[in-house]
Amino acid sequence: MAQTQSGAQGLQSLPALLHRNATQFGNAPAYREKEFGIWQCWSWSEAAAEIRAIALGFLELGVDKGDHIAVIGRNRPAHYWSMVAAQMVGAVPVPLYQDSVAEEMAYVLEHCGAKYVVCGDQEQVDKVIEIQENLHQVKHILYTDKRGMRKYDHSQMNALADIMAEGRAGHQRFDEELDRRIAAITYDDTCVMLYTSGTTGKPKGVVLSNRNVIESAKNSAEFDKLTRDEDILSYLPMAWVGDFIFSIGQAYWCGFCVNCPESADTMMTDLREIGPTYFFAPPRVFESQLTNVMIRMEDAGKLKQRMFHHFMAHAKRVGGRILDGKPVGAWDRLKYAVGNILVYGPLKDTLGYSRFRVGYTAGEAIGPEIFDFYRSLGINLKQLYGQTEATVFITVQPDGEVRADTVGVPAPDVEIRIDENGEIFYRSPGVFVEYFKNPESTASTKDAEGWVATGDAGFIEEDSGHLRIIDRAKDVGKMADGSMFAPKYVENKLKFYPDILEVVLFGNGKDHCVAFINIDLNAVGNWAERNNIAYGSYQELAGHPKVLESIRSHVSEVNKSVAADEMLSGCQVHRFVVLHKELDADDGEITRTRKVRRKFVEDKYHDIIAALYDGSDTVSTVTEVTYEDGRKGSIKATLKICDAEVVPTTQHKVAAE
Amino acid sequence: MLDASEGYVTEDGRKIGGVVMEMKNITLRFGGVVAIKDISFDIREGEIRAIIGPNGAGKSSMLNVISGFYVPQEGEVWFRGAKRPQMRPYEVARQGIARTFQNIALFEGMSVLDNVMTGRLNYMKTNLLQQAMWMGKAEAEETANREVVEKVIDFLEIQHIRKTPVARLPYGLKKRVELARALAAEPKLLLLDEPMAGMNVEEKEDMSRFILDVNDEFGTTIALIEHDMGVVMDLSDRVVVMDYGKKIGDGTPDEVRNNQEVIDAYLGVAHD
Repeated sequence: MAQTQSGAQGLQSLPALLHRNATQFGNAPAYREKEFGIWQCWSWSEAAAEIRAIALGFLELGVDKGDHIAVIGRNRPAHYWSMVAAQMVGAVPVPLYQDSVAEEMAYVLEHCGAKYVVCGDQEQVDKVIEIQENLHQVKHILYTDKRGMRKYDHSQMNALADIMAEGRAGHQRFDEELDRRIAAITYDDTCVMLYTSGTTGKPKGVVLSNRNVIESAKNSAEFDKLTRDEDILSYLPMAWVGDFIFSIGQAYWCGFCVNCPESADTMMTDLREIGPTYFFAPPRVFESQLTNVMIRMEDAGKLKQRMFHHFMAHAKRVGGRILDGKPVGAWDRLKYAVGNILVYGPLKDTLGYSRFRVGYTAGEAIGPEIFDFYRSLGINLKQLYGQTEATVFITVQPDGEVRADTVGVPAPDVEIRIDENGEIFYRSPGVFVEYFKNPESTASTKDAEGWVATGDAGFIEEDSGHLRIIDRAKDVGKMADGSMFAPKYVENKLKFYPDILEVVLFGNGKDHCVAFINIDLNAVGNWAERNNIAYGSYQELAGHPKVLESIRSHVSEVNKSVAADEMLSGCQVHRFVVLHKELDADDGEITRTRKVRRKFVEDKYHDIIAALYDGSDTVSTVTEVTYEDGRKGSIKATLKICDAEVVPTTQHKVAAE
Repeated sequence: MLDASEGYVTEDGRKIGGVVMEMKNITLRFGGVVAIKDISFDIREGEIRAIIGPNGAGKSSMLNVISGFYVPQEGEVWFRGAKRPQMRPYEVARQGIARTFQNIALFEGMSVLDNVMTGRLNYMKTNLLQQAMWMGKAEAEETANREVVEKVIDFLEIQHIRKTPVARLPYGLKKRVELARALAAEPKLLLLDEPMAGMNVEEKEDMSRFILDVNDEFGTTIALIEHDMGVVMDLSDRVVVMDYGKKIGDGTPDEVRNNQEVIDAYLGVAHD
């Protein structure tokens, strides 16, 4: 078993891995940080010395085994070191989101009972002092950036550098104790505690053991063949489990180098200077980079533009296949090679991806065009599906099997099970120990056999074995004939068309699905202008026969692709209506973050839904609207109900049946 | 009034030292126009000293006298215990006085880094040939000066625009770059001509924090002109109030705020 192997080597904690790295390849770079315009570098042996100094300083301060040490700051080597140093002395590091306001931070600090806090700068110190007025539990505050700190009362406060100096000076007193504590760390001791961001209810403290972290790091590193020559850029929040696994777990397991940007604003420049070989980003980073490229191309000269578009079209055709190792003709390969010299190479260099070997996007759905754009350039971007409770990895896409619509196969040592409602459960060595001080939540999430509920619904594709996420489990329902109803899945497909802004799908408990569609005024208005279609208002444009015709063709196309999906073919849109107004947060129809409030919309427009189901051709409706200044008014409209082409399905049995 | 001989301690506990610069009976005329009329005041080591007044009061002229750009017809300027002879502005700069301008005066086509580097000009000893050929001490000198500049860039949090041409920057950032260039000279006395003019509230708050931090961190003595009364009262230790070229008030913000002559100058006088 893998577990006993790691145990047999004695590599049962991050301090043990640090010791291995410092002795086996002590001169290799471990950390870089850009400061004062230069990349400052620490080798593994230098980093080990720094971390030991912090640990000695912690002992000098009187940190006990089992104490919690909160770390609040941006990605800096000193903050990563503080976490490992905390582990050395038997304490539990708790990284917090640095942008959270004092009240949010107060809850977490109180919940974990942190006695020591490492702050990045004055701003964080101020927050902790504010919290301390009611909390009275923090014994000592440490800070890394000395700026502006001179005037503070230092009776319970110190610069991290100063306690490191004290630790070094007192090393003869504490060496023995520190070595004893390092030796006492077991594989099942707590490695780190991470608070989930908590979109619903209070944040929960997820306790991860050394076993969780090291096994997950080891498995995932082997999966992607990560070596100690990798370079990563650490810029995602330190409180997020992904950053802990990439910048500490995998970095220590593999021994690769962690690069910290100079500041959040310089991230893109630093990315380019480092050129990471292994990279992780949420979809919005890739989206904004792509938008930037496109805008800059518009300003480029004629020749460059033509070259760009010509070769990008070629890359779109064969680039992804070449990356996946699929057969591609010699002529196409030659042309791709030329394109690589003229366009793809320089473009990748500009983006900072010239050394990109493997990278992931996760968190939310990425648009297929964006995903394919990067892959066609030869950038090995993949998707994974994970959770804090799983120490990140649940499923990952293996090289050569990357697709925009799946999240890959179960990660090594992860078992996956789908229950009768379509909810995904997993079991793995990475499964968290517990929610801190919250046995009820632990019990409701993790059962006695170690299966954890994700709260997401999905299914495993039979031929490829890939997992596909459909929706949040609570939004998934059943149609009258028992087949699965997953609104988000269909809505996302429709929303990828630029002229569709928002879609709401109905059909839970019914025998077929119907949809509300909002047009995107920018895209459709632009199209109308180019085609000499006059319109006086949103309402008029939304009801224009030509607009309805083009939306109908989109819906029919989506129906075809939905029908191809055995489990979800029942979710085809039979009838739809293009709404006469945009769904608006002021009217309570969507949240401020643009998520549709299904129930509310269903109640408000019950008359339209009724008309969609009773077969009538038009529906007259009066809708109340709220203006930005709070006044209320109403819109009267007669909406045309459109029928969409549906692909007949003979059988759509659900796998779970 | 404060005691003129020794130092004093501010409300927030900073120790202010002896007199760094003293203006003695300064009068400045442009032809028939009297811009400054017989004004005396001092600036002390480590303090933030503001000069305020309505439009046309002579504030900028005063700052230009301090910086050596204007030579007053009457009166004496004493700097660090010695009477200052008539000097050219670059000689004043060598004495350790740096300034920013009301209308931004940066090299628009150059990057932020290069602009800030120009603040180190007085510390560069190698000649043009050496620098062009990268000979002799040129490289070591460049490195040493770059280090100082990078510390300033870090301090003022402008790392992300290090390589950006100044022309592309928004106004608030240009102001900060100007401050950076002045700081790069490691001045003993820093003159700020309306550092907050034309800024929005957030930019003003940022700039105030930087001014306080500069004073706190490097102990730099700062003299500033500012219109925004709220900012002046919050920032400064002592305030000189000017009106029509005359000094009408001098003291701590509280003393100045309650000075009847100052109130009249700012709010106008009721004629009854």
